[in-house]
Amino acid sequence: MTTPAAPPRTSATGTPHTRREGRAKVTGEARYTGDIPFAELAHGWLVTSTVARGRIRSVDTDTVLAMPGVLAVLHPGNALRLTPGAGLMGPDANLQLLQDDRVPHVGWPVALVVAETQEQARAGADALVITYDEEPYDTAFRADHPGLRPTAPSPLAMPDVDQGDPDAELAASAVVVDREYTTPEEFHNAMEPHAAMARWENGRLEVVDSNQGSYAVAQVLAALFSLDADTVRVRSEHVGGGFGSKGLRLPHTVLAVMATTILHRPVRVVLTRRQMFSLVGHRPATAQRVRLGADADGRLRVVEHETASPTSTVHEFAEQSTRHSRTLYAADAFRLRTRVVPLDVPTPGFMRAPGWAPGSFAVESAMDELAAEVGVDPIALRLRNEPETGPVSGLPFSSRNLVACLEEGARRFGWADRDPRPGVRRDGRWLLGTGVAAAAHSAGVGASTAAITAEADGTYTVRVTAADIGTGARTALGQIAADALEVSPESVRIRIADSDFGLAWLAGGSMGTASWAWAINEAAVALRKKLADLPGDMADLPPEGVTAHADTTELLAAREQRESHGYGAQFAEVAVDPASGEVRVRRMLGIFAVGRVVNPLTARNQFIGGMTWGLSMALHEEGVRDDASGGLANGDLAGYHVAANADVPLIEADWIDEHDTYNPSGIKGLGEIGIVGGAAAVANAVWHATGVRHRHLPISLERVLSGGRR
Amino acid sequence: MTSTRSTEISLRVNGETHSLTVDNRTTLLDALRERLDLTGTKKGCDQGQCGACTVLLDRQRVNSCLQLAVAAEGRDVTTIEGLADGEELHPVQQAFVDLDGYQCGYCTPGQICSAVAVIEELAREWPSAATDDVRRPPAVSEEEIRERMSGNLCRCGAYVNIVRAVTQAAKNEQVNA
Ligand code: FES
Ligand code: FES
Repeated sequence: MTTPAAPPRTSATGTPHTRREGRAKVTGEARYTGDIPFAELAHGWLVTSTVARGRIRSVDTDTVLAMPGVLAVLHPGNALRLTPGAGLMGPDANLQLLQDDRVPHVGWPVALVVAETQEQARAGADALVITYDEEPYDTAFRADHPGLRPTAPSPLAMPDVDQGDPDAELAASAVVVDREYTTPEEFHNAMEPHAAMARWENGRLEVVDSNQGSYAVAQVLAALFSLDADTVRVRSEHVGGGFGSKGLRLPHTVLAVMATTILHRPVRVVLTRRQMFSLVGHRPATAQRVRLGADADGRLRVVEHETASPTSTVHEFAEQSTRHSRTLYAADAFRLRTRVVPLDVPTPGFMRAPGWAPGSFAVESAMDELAAEVGVDPIALRLRNEPETGPVSGLPFSSRNLVACLEEGARRFGWADRDPRPGVRRDGRWLLGTGVAAAAHSAGVGASTAAITAEADGTYTVRVTAADIGTGARTALGQIAADALEVSPESVRIRIADSDFGLAWLAGGSMGTASWAWAINEAAVALRKKLADLPGDMADLPPEGVTAHADTTELLAAREQRESHGYGAQFAEVAVDPASGEVRVRRMLGIFAVGRVVNPLTARNQFIGGMTWGLSMALHEEGVRDDASGGLANGDLAGYHVAANADVPLIEADWIDEHDTYNPSGIKGLGEIGIVGGAAAVANAVWHATGVRHRHLPISLERVLSGGRR
Repeated sequence: MTSTRSTEISLRVNGETHSLTVDNRTTLLDALRERLDLTGTKKGCDQGQCGACTVLLDRQRVNSCLQLAVAAEGRDVTTIEGLADGEELHPVQQAFVDLDGYQCGYCTPGQICSAVAVIEELAREWPSAATDDVRRPPAVSEEEIRERMSGNLCRCGAYVNIVRAVTQAAKNEQVNA
């Protein structure tokens, strides 16, 4: 076993680089999945259920098959049989499409109409008559639902925690804050609708897909269709946003593969915007109870955090909101619970900072309430509860710079002058306030492989199954490889998003760049050794060049356990119009500590993008479930408001230097931490402006006017 | 051939005239993408709610998913592919690259087409909801640009840089005008 490669002395990393694909993206040349033409391409259009629970009684295919251009109607009666048990992270029955007549929720795929053109496929889908045997359903989530139960054990589940003596600590506390917070269903809504094209070419299944990890998707498809893994090739060169939605659930991909296998011609399936509200996972609603017990000076004795969220009857997904309370503050006792309520709703999934985003809203709001109760500044309260080691894990931190983030943020935001009293500042009709919240996100690494070729012409080619979903991964990996090879970024070609390049972690969990960089650094070390051992010099390379591979699986397994997170501090200033209920965020500032920042230009953009999500979560986003139909009342971009340009004020993000080589590349990941704590900072600012505490998101006009009621 | 289902039309796109027979249901967006292989114009919602499909129709911005191709007959369509002058990017395109006015890039063609039209709207002194005094020319300010660019959603949340890029391009335009 070798020891990990030391991080290289940097020159390309740490300096701003515009994106490698920038020109292609501003000229329209960049082809996303649905943009790539194929000869003989047929178009698939998904038909989804209109009832919330029941069985399909009949599918009237004859009429539709007689329509112009229609090639096939796939439905449970004629679909290919899929192998059970496939899934990205354990078996996921959501992938078992058209396998039986059960309807588990509104918006479940019940048929695919394939036709020569999009218009014909869509007309066929619209015309397809399906009848159902409907059954009574339940789509109404509440924390006291009789179906509430603990989560099933899974590698993703955060175990319940009972540490110390919570009851005794509560009894001994001078101050107790005991509150309930709720967050609504939220939807990723990547701007690029999920799309896939599949075809059989020379005995291989070739898939062009919009996803966050082509290797993982290839593995899932191979398992589902019982193919050799080598038979499947998945590529996703340009991806129009993912945020956790493009990887786990693949209805379009699975059905495109099924259709091409039956029809023997290329088939493209693109989800409609409305279908994206039921088929690609979403953040489930949460109901959270937080109980903080503290001494008179604010030192925490006990942290209790219980979170409940709805899941489907198809597959269990629990929102792990207690991730935040596990790592932020020290306390003598902890009681942490995760619960789910299975309902007749679509299966939730990972959405940007899963667990962290809603969990931080509850915990960071409760900390603000505690600060007010104790009469201490909210930043001072957080500093007072800074842990030495992981509060629940007991593990040493790989590094932790929350304090530095809070202090630097306070300085830059002008926190010192803040009058703590709520509801006393006015600017004309507006009430003004400021708020703060802490942020954290796990800094994980996943096993990855990479290959680098020293080409005969003196350039280098890096191959890694990374995905660039907008993060700037291509550019950052170019900088990393350039430094590892000690060459200029211009001489490095970066090839990504092709499952043939082998195992690699997804663009997810804020782990992508960290995982790929480690593999690239290892490959660079191996390549330089190979080149050094060559007789002659670089000019004598064979025509195919010299290639070195790396695989971090073993290095990763050999790491000692550490508690490793990025941390941050979020600040917001808001103006609230008590007459209309309107809340305007005037400015936000985020200061983060996330290890090494590879490309300041794209990193800042990522942080600000995350903070924009925090603002959007605080004020706008809310899926409204209509209990009369079991579906969403607002499942489109007109009804489901995401922050638009005019909603977003000056948002600034910056970071502090942090050196942490727990991941040898020094990278902690920064795709998600920007949203964590954002909604709490805004809600805390609204309290400071108005004196009214908002414990239910979003802080809509109605809620402001009704004084924060649920 | 023209029938009750399809119509023969000619479309003038980026200065070039194309003759084609389209299904009458075909939107301008789908005609551009599926028939002319101009896939720079994106489909984000197909129902007029996101702005990803923004193109210029006789120099004014429209959501091409809400236009039928047959109705664009005889009008001038400019798409993202038609903005650069050969190798030289349009100033708005260049500003997006330099100031990182995007992440995934999927909303970007729509943002850029919209921005080109916004700059022209400002030059023509059209007011917006953000204009304080509608009797005076609107200022080239971030506030005006935020307001005018709000029909183009960016889920990556790149608005801060989009506004910087458009403001910079608009100010340069003002100087050069
Ligand atoms: S695709 Fe036309 S507005 Fe969304
Ligand atoms: S850059 Fe991704 S949606 Fe705007």
